[in-house]
Amino acid sequence: MNIEPLDFEKPIFEIQRQLEQLKRESSGQRLEVEPEIEEIERKLQKTRAEVYSKLTPAQRVQISRHPQRPFMLDYLQHSFQDFVELHGDRHFGDDAAMPSGFARIGNHKVVVTGHQKGRNTKENLHRNFGSAHPEGYRKALRVFRLAEKFGLPVVTLIDTPGAFPGIGAEERNIAEAIAFNLREMALLRTPVVSVVIGEGGSGGALGIGIADRVLMMENSYYSVISPEGCAAILWKDRKKAPEAAEALRISAGDLKELNIIDEVIPEPAGGAHHDHFAAAARLKESVVRQLDELKGQSIDKLLDQRYERLRSYGRLQEAK
Amino acid sequence: MGIFKKPSLKVFGGGKKKDMPEGLWINCPSCGAMLHQLELDENLKVCHKCLHHFTLTAEERIKSVADQGSFQEIDVKLETTDPLGFLDYGEKVKTYQQRTGLKDAMVTGRASISGHPVLVGAMDFRFLGASMGSVVGEKITRAIEIATKERKPVILFSASGGARMHEGILSLMQMGKTSAALARHHAARLPYISVLTHPTTGGVTASFATLGDIIMAEPKCMIGFAGPRVIKETTHQNLPTGFQTAEFMMDHGLVDMIVERKDIRNRLSEILDYLSPAPTGQGRQR
Ligand SMILES: [Zn+2]
Repeated sequence: MNIEPLDFEKPIFEIQRQLEQLKRESSGQRLEVEPEIEEIERKLQKTRAEVYSKLTPAQRVQISRHPQRPFMLDYLQHSFQDFVELHGDRHFGDDAAMPSGFARIGNHKVVVTGHQKGRNTKENLHRNFGSAHPEGYRKALRVFRLAEKFGLPVVTLIDTPGAFPGIGAEERNIAEAIAFNLREMALLRTPVVSVVIGEGGSGGALGIGIADRVLMMENSYYSVISPEGCAAILWKDRKKAPEAAEALRISAGDLKELNIIDEVIPEPAGGAHHDHFAAAARLKESVVRQLDELKGQSIDKLLDQRYERLRSYGRLQEAK
Repeated sequence: MGIFKKPSLKVFGGGKKKDMPEGLWINCPSCGAMLHQLELDENLKVCHKCLHHFTLTAEERIKSVADQGSFQEIDVKLETTDPLGFLDYGEKVKTYQQRTGLKDAMVTGRASISGHPVLVGAMDFRFLGASMGSVVGEKITRAIEIATKERKPVILFSASGGARMHEGILSLMQMGKTSAALARHHAARLPYISVLTHPTTGGVTASFATLGDIIMAEPKCMIGFAGPRVIKETTHQNLPTGFQTAEFMMDHGLVDMIVERKDIRNRLSEILDYLSPAPTGQGRQR
């Protein structure tokens, strides 16, 4: 796969280009240029380490939105097997932005739901850029109920810029669709594991994110508002999104520090889009481990813990 | 009914027209009528010409529905810790605290409505647009938890710009927290009446505000999830007339009733007569 470099990756890609060119040109007299190649390779490694070891929150947001990043269905292909897709909310329509169904991961049979983005314009028209309508959230709840009924755990893969802001979405009560999921998931009598695989965009993310374990891919973000939206409100300037991304503390590491999530799943250097297989393997390892842990627990205990988890969110004090 | 003291409809004023002081005239933003402050207060801050509902403070709101003297506030002193150290948020909160006399944007407590003991809460739009951060979410959650424990109905009046971005992800999680508390209250078969007032938007709409067994809305108030500007920019469509108003919600079957402010207390009490005392049934309610 030819990877599109992000702006901050350009130095790396430039060195890579030099290296490949040198290798190509020297294909007869390899020995003479060997030291030079080694030198460039060292430089490449150093630059990669430098760039990727101190990614800013805004750079991670860029990675989380990379068009070549593994999406939900990529994970379904590489981390899961035997996906059986179920369609429709039984009321109005089928939301292609939120595929749902049965799948196997490791030794677990699960119900899986998530946001699916498109990789190009055509796919994005179909998937609505991963922004679900009310039908998506209602389909999700329908399959959660199936999971509950048949004793299957739920895995949700979160990757959305937000629930869709549209006339139809409002007319069909997108707010209620999300709110209802929050309430019902709080007492859903089966284990739930959620993974933010890309964008954790606000209520649209949380609408399938009430869980016993919440994991985040290293370069995903989870936020109450997009950095651009926040910058627009604070400074009337969307270009200041990097400052907003910093202030909002939306990176996986921040959420771990704030005790909102359980685990950060490491990504291949430079982000999951550099190696779908490696990213999917790591996601699988973490999800299976969490499901193993949750499997033995009594549902009542699980629900108490799920409640305590939500209950713990917030920071306050008694004023003097 | 009738044996309980009704709140005086003159709760916010009580002055008489003849001794109205000068300089207290307000222009109705809807019809342009000149309204005297005292007259407006007597009328629960509703324009008598066009029925425009002015924003109420949380205190005024609760006074307008609770039996006189019945309200006992809880969690008065909860305040934010500015958990992210977010820009000038800490300063801002202090300013709003001084300006409003509140610690944050939510007032909750025990009260009775026509003799029905309830847990009641109201958002105060003056305080940072009554956005929901840790304190708002916590106060709502505690009120619901008390109601569940004491087997009482919950009445919440919302008016909010949505989640409070200054507390980042913690604000988003208040949506989950309040909804989870409602899940338990609901499972215990207890009534929750949500009253939507101007404006109810964003993360508040997408959590506790839309979860009422009964949902009331004040006339013409704005109710929605996404902001109209965002919708316009995203979809490049013209928004229908009256989009995201209480009447629009009513037309689409999304609220039970639109109730004028002066009638809310009576409608609440009427509905509470039907719903409480709640049956102490076993098992989970869906
Ligand atoms: Zn008027």
